[in-house]
Amino acid sequence: MSIPIDDILVNKDHAPSGPVVSSLREPLVTGGKTVHDVTEDICRQVEGKPTTTWMLGMAISLATLAVGAYCVFILVWEGIGVWGLNKTVGWAWDITNFVWWVGIGHAGTLISAILLLFRQKWRMSINRAAEAMTIFAVICAACFPGLHMGRLWLGFYWALPLPNTFGSLWVNFNSPLLWDVFAISTYFTVSLVFWYIGLIPDFASIRDRAKNNISKAVYGALSFGWDGAAKTWMRYESVALILAGLATPLVLSVHTIVSFDFATSVIPGWHTTIFPPYFVAGAIFSGFAMVLTLMLITRKTFKLEDYITINHIEMMNIIIIVTGSIVGIAYITEFFIAWYSGVDAEQYAFLNRMTGPYWWAYWTMMTCNVISPQLFWFKKIRTNIAATFILSIIVNIGMWFERFVIIVTSLHRDYLPSSWAMFYPTIYDVGVYLFTFGLFFTAFLLFAKFFPVINMAEVKSIIKSSSLKQKK
Amino acid sequence: MSDNKKTYWKGIEQLTNDPAFVKNAENEFPEFLPISDNEEGGSSRRDFLKMMGFGVAAVSLAACEAPIRKAIPYVNKPVDIDPGVPNYYASTYVQGGDYCSIVVKTREGRPIKIEGNELSKISQGGVNAQVEASVLSLYDNERLRNPKKAGADITWEELDKEVAAKLNSIATQGGQIRIVSNTVLSPTTKRVIEDFKTKYPTTQHVVYDTAAAEGMLVANEQSFGKRMIPSYDFSKADVIVSFGADFLGTWISPVEFTKQYSKTRRLGDGKKEMSRHYQFEGNLSLTGANADYRTPVKPSEEAKSVVALYQALTGKKSSIANIDKAAADLKKAGSKSLVVSGSNDPAVQAVVNAINTMLGSYGTTIDASKPVYYKQGDEKAFGTFVADAKAGKVSAVIFYNCNPVYNTQYGADIKNALAKVALKISTSDRLDETADLVEYIAPDHHFLESWGDANPSKGVYSFVQPTITPIFKTRQVQESLLTWAGVEKVDYFEYLKGGWETTLVAQGMSWDKALHDGVIEISESGTETDTGTEEEGDWVVGPPASASIPDAISKINTNYKSSGTELSIYQKIGIGDGTQANSPWLQEMPDPITKATWDNYLTVSQAWAVENDVTFVEGKSNMAKLTVGDTSLTLPIVIQPGQEKETVGVAVGYGRTSAGKVANGRGVDVYPLISKINGMSSYSVMSGVSVEVLPEMYQVAQTQTQQTYMGRETVIQEATLGEYQKDPGAGRYHPHIATWQEESGETSPGNLSLWKGHKYKNHHWGLAIDLNTCTGCSACHVACQSENNIPVVGREEVINRRDMHWMRIDRYYSSRPEEEMSESEQGMMDSRKLELTASNPEVTFQPMMCQHCNNAPCETVCPVAATTHSTEGLNQMTYNRCIGTRYCANNCPYKVRRFNWFKYHDNSQFEDVNTYMSNDLGKMVLNPDVTVRSRGVMEKCSLCVQRIQYGKLEAKKEGRRPNDGDINVACASACPSDAIVFGDMNDKESQIYKMLKIQDTEKADYIIEKEIGEPRAYHVLEEIGVKPNVAYLTKIRNKDKA
Repeated sequence: MSIPIDDILVNKDHAPSGPVVSSLREPLVTGGKTVHDVTEDICRQVEGKPTTTWMLGMAISLATLAVGAYCVFILVWEGIGVWGLNKTVGWAWDITNFVWWVGIGHAGTLISAILLLFRQKWRMSINRAAEAMTIFAVICAACFPGLHMGRLWLGFYWALPLPNTFGSLWVNFNSPLLWDVFAISTYFTVSLVFWYIGLIPDFASIRDRAKNNISKAVYGALSFGWDGAAKTWMRYESVALILAGLATPLVLSVHTIVSFDFATSVIPGWHTTIFPPYFVAGAIFSGFAMVLTLMLITRKTFKLEDYITINHIEMMNIIIIVTGSIVGIAYITEFFIAWYSGVDAEQYAFLNRMTGPYWWAYWTMMTCNVISPQLFWFKKIRTNIAATFILSIIVNIGMWFERFVIIVTSLHRDYLPSSWAMFYPTIYDVGVYLFTFGLFFTAFLLFAKFFPVINMAEVKSIIKSSSLKQKK
Repeated sequence: MSDNKKTYWKGIEQLTNDPAFVKNAENEFPEFLPISDNEEGGSSRRDFLKMMGFGVAAVSLAACEAPIRKAIPYVNKPVDIDPGVPNYYASTYVQGGDYCSIVVKTREGRPIKIEGNELSKISQGGVNAQVEASVLSLYDNERLRNPKKAGADITWEELDKEVAAKLNSIATQGGQIRIVSNTVLSPTTKRVIEDFKTKYPTTQHVVYDTAAAEGMLVANEQSFGKRMIPSYDFSKADVIVSFGADFLGTWISPVEFTKQYSKTRRLGDGKKEMSRHYQFEGNLSLTGANADYRTPVKPSEEAKSVVALYQALTGKKSSIANIDKAAADLKKAGSKSLVVSGSNDPAVQAVVNAINTMLGSYGTTIDASKPVYYKQGDEKAFGTFVADAKAGKVSAVIFYNCNPVYNTQYGADIKNALAKVALKISTSDRLDETADLVEYIAPDHHFLESWGDANPSKGVYSFVQPTITPIFKTRQVQESLLTWAGVEKVDYFEYLKGGWETTLVAQGMSWDKALHDGVIEISESGTETDTGTEEEGDWVVGPPASASIPDAISKINTNYKSSGTELSIYQKIGIGDGTQANSPWLQEMPDPITKATWDNYLTVSQAWAVENDVTFVEGKSNMAKLTVGDTSLTLPIVIQPGQEKETVGVAVGYGRTSAGKVANGRGVDVYPLISKINGMSSYSVMSGVSVEVLPEMYQVAQTQTQQTYMGRETVIQEATLGEYQKDPGAGRYHPHIATWQEESGETSPGNLSLWKGHKYKNHHWGLAIDLNTCTGCSACHVACQSENNIPVVGREEVINRRDMHWMRIDRYYSSRPEEEMSESEQGMMDSRKLELTASNPEVTFQPMMCQHCNNAPCETVCPVAATTHSTEGLNQMTYNRCIGTRYCANNCPYKVRRFNWFKYHDNSQFEDVNTYMSNDLGKMVLNPDVTVRSRGVMEKCSLCVQRIQYGKLEAKKEGRRPNDGDINVACASACPSDAIVFGDMNDKESQIYKMLKIQDTEKADYIIEKEIGEPRAYHVLEEIGVKPNVAYLTKIRNKDKA
């Protein structure tokens, strides 16, 4: 492990203390940044006045949030009937959006926990924002299991195993929906704690630099009295490690459990054992795409090109190729198994995906998820910022359609042909989805403005020392 | 210690030993206390606290004041009414010429449900959808609450005075008085009319029917010299040939015929034969859907095919498909055959009579000595009435519970003619199309508020008794007529009872018993009937006048000429002639064939649609302009497999303008299109029909849009009779799954389970459904809706596929055979090919409700355990606990769960369709034993758990176990074909136990709930191992080959 060094203590003549970075490698932070530069670059956003771009983004986000909130209000006031669901298709956009947001929420923890354990230093300049994204995405995801309930006002606490006055009435531990409740809440809690612990030293830096009393008080409170002592750093390191250890299995378990919602059912197209790994791969795939989308914007607007380098983008694109290909293989495996199983209903379900009334959704999914990421085999494309940006959005469109295809096309034509029906979304389906977008971007923009978007403390540990600079 | 003798005085008073102080020194409170003030009437601190406590309580109580709804208790408890205990009263449903003997269930004095009366030899406990729905019309908010004069309320006394005065003045001037009605089945009402006629001798009673059968009356008169409709007994027929007669749906007496027919379709150990049924028709009717051989023919060919059959029986080959085959079968069956025709043309009916005579059916399947009195309309007399009225010859007209302005083809004529009639009275229960045009409305009671009787067929009498005190200021028509006829202090009950007493005494019966049973049979040979018609005698059918047959055939040949597109008008099973069109239950009841609700539409064949470029986009299709003569109507198109390709069909009963907010403006009125053939009104229009496809698109609300069962043998299992006779398990599909546990390497899915199964120590409820006897009539559908307070959601929500029906009848057509496919269709993928329907498909009806799975997929997925398994095999739904995740509905392989997308009751969004849950009057029909579900919860078939509990408690009170038959679910009890059997599968004496040949088995570490021995019985989707408690019996068709 590296030992982060407070910039006050650092003298340019000192040798870098314990960096693992080889001098032969490309530096992870470019532009010849000094530790002081790092502090300045990151704190600039926090300490300065909000930029016009930020204000504009915030205005759009808040407007979206307001429109969405209206739709949420109507949904709760009138009933689930304002959505396009019906007696055959009982879930559509709601659970599609839920799984999609949960999927997106995978990248943050994966980057900060798993890559931490694998000692991937390049994660350092992106993990803070990625974790923030995770937390906001999980919040957005959690909106849907709540809002999709017919009686939200009872559901949000009846679904929890709380002692009650109903006698022996208890939740149904057999239900995958209940497992979801546990999985998501655990994941959210661990991610939040992990993220916050990481923020403490940076808050302390801001506190120490604060010029006005409000900042001093707020960041003082947020930094929990961080003193920068060696002992504190040591504890910090061990907590980070423990939390990383806890979070790592969660990255795998959350989407595994989400996939159980479908895998344990009897509906053809849902009832497949391949779902857990396939969902996890898909989640990482979409999570990285979302991280890229956000990072490319943040990098540009906050001028962090030296911290989030082409190298970072390329690394993430490589992960996208790998997970995208896993997802592609999973799609094909499902088809093979449907054919191989000899189960008529199963075969029909998959044939119907490809050629039925929702063929366009299926082929959108295939194009976006399987074909388009293959472009990243070309180094030119995977190091091209514009191409990466476009593809990262395409991947998330594809992943939304993946969930839509799984949920809607399986339900709309299941066992008894008499019940076959179509699902058509209404403006409220769209509106509630927009609500989560509004929520996500509002939260992310607030984060970007008031919190350090890059983990200063960690990044400082990988700054090249002056000796390397002299070599250049 | 120092000297401690200090004295502390309480005050200067003690020191001075003030006498006042000394006096009070011994008291606890020597000083003045405010408490003493109390005695003088002031207020104390305690009082203040009391007052404040009261004040706070009063203020807070006042703040949460709720609207006061007064519940007024009985002063004395009525003898027969116990809260929570239903009473049942036998009564009779009569609507126009339709008849059904019923038992009315009342709770706390309110009729809430109609059941069939098993004592009736005619309906035998069966009902149909319209009968089931009739209880709802009692609580229709559109009913008139007062007699009316020129639109304003009036008292009965005023009305009687005015009407009697006017009638008297008309009668003294010799003005003509007409009473117009549909067929009157009630002998006592006929007596009332006779009394009225005695007082006003210029009165004539004019009778018409909305679906006339006068052709039969006339033909029988010509053939046998007797104007009557004979009674039919389908149960004795081995071969049935029907030409356009929808005898299971709408023709003459469908409930009775369904009962009889189902007996010939039932198969079992002792019975390996079933009837063979041929149908020749233009539209696909419910009856046609049940036929073994169905030939689509144009209306013009329908009459000719009757002739062709006649000739085929005499040895002449026919070019019409299946005629020769039918003839051969008929000949073989001889007297055990029955040929019927739905035609209203006496010539066609004459040929039918000749065929039946030739076959010797009279005496076996047809009993001419026992005529039925259902459709006695006289079109000539009605025509004369219309002409007279137009010519101003009629001075007074009383419309007795009929609506000829709407439901005859003379509507416009009558409307104009009424301007010339001086005194116009209607007894309609609502401001219908006719009542809108009259001066006086003397609204009749609903039949559930009335006394009465009915004479459906010779010797069979049926009684009507009130089941509730009249809700509004209405009055029975009979009383009105008698009052106007000058009878003092009319009491129709006494009149009715007085009329019956002598007859009953003569038969050794009591009035009470007759009312209790609801039906009586009187042997009437040789006696005069109450109809006042000619003497009946022991009349035997002789050979028809043979000379009339060539004449009839030549008439058919001249009258039936095809000219391109033809129109076949029909009645829908639910809406019928439109009298009950304001019933939301019937409006939302999916038509058994098209599965369409809330509309009528033009049914066209697939070939016609292709030829005329009818396009379909997302469920919508083009509208059509239907022109007959100079009348044009715009209506939606529904493609109907089985429709003859040059015939289009459309149902009457829609396009009401004045029936109430449910019915008004739904569909189009096609009564004006009814034509005349051979002097009789005809639902077939053979000339001047043109159809133009319009660019406007419209979506008909259908509850099922996928027509075929996609070759899924696990859903529908069927065989031909020949196969069944060889192997009772023919057509069964036995899924197998691979396992290492068996030597063969495979086993049936039910043998493997993750679950331990259930042990049902007490009861184990189940259903058995015979697909062979189910005709798809949908009586169960409405019965379920009525029993379980199921909301109606309206056309838009049906389009959104959110109908709430707990049970549905899945209707599947057979897929298109390869040879019928076009070239492009042949190039399709197999799965797509299966979606195409045959042009003349085989039809299967499958009632589908919650299957009460023993390994219920819904139960495991509910996060809050709102749906659980009972110890008696029921999958039960706890509404209070449901949070509405809909996971259970998604995971239900049968898709029988229904979600409350909105609040359906007391919601302005639904008040126009779900009327009966939106107003206090309508809510009286709700079953108090069943919760009205709130928004956001899931619901589904409970297997009428309230009935099960009630039956168990009744048995317990008597200290016994419930016997088979004590408890019956709503669908099974309504079923006129006994296709649904409910019972305790643990009870070895139960019908279901015997029917399914249940063997109890237990296996090592898990329990198989019930092993079914009946080879025909199967579980839908057996391969997924959910182990339902509902079993189906295979569909067997009496066909030579599949």
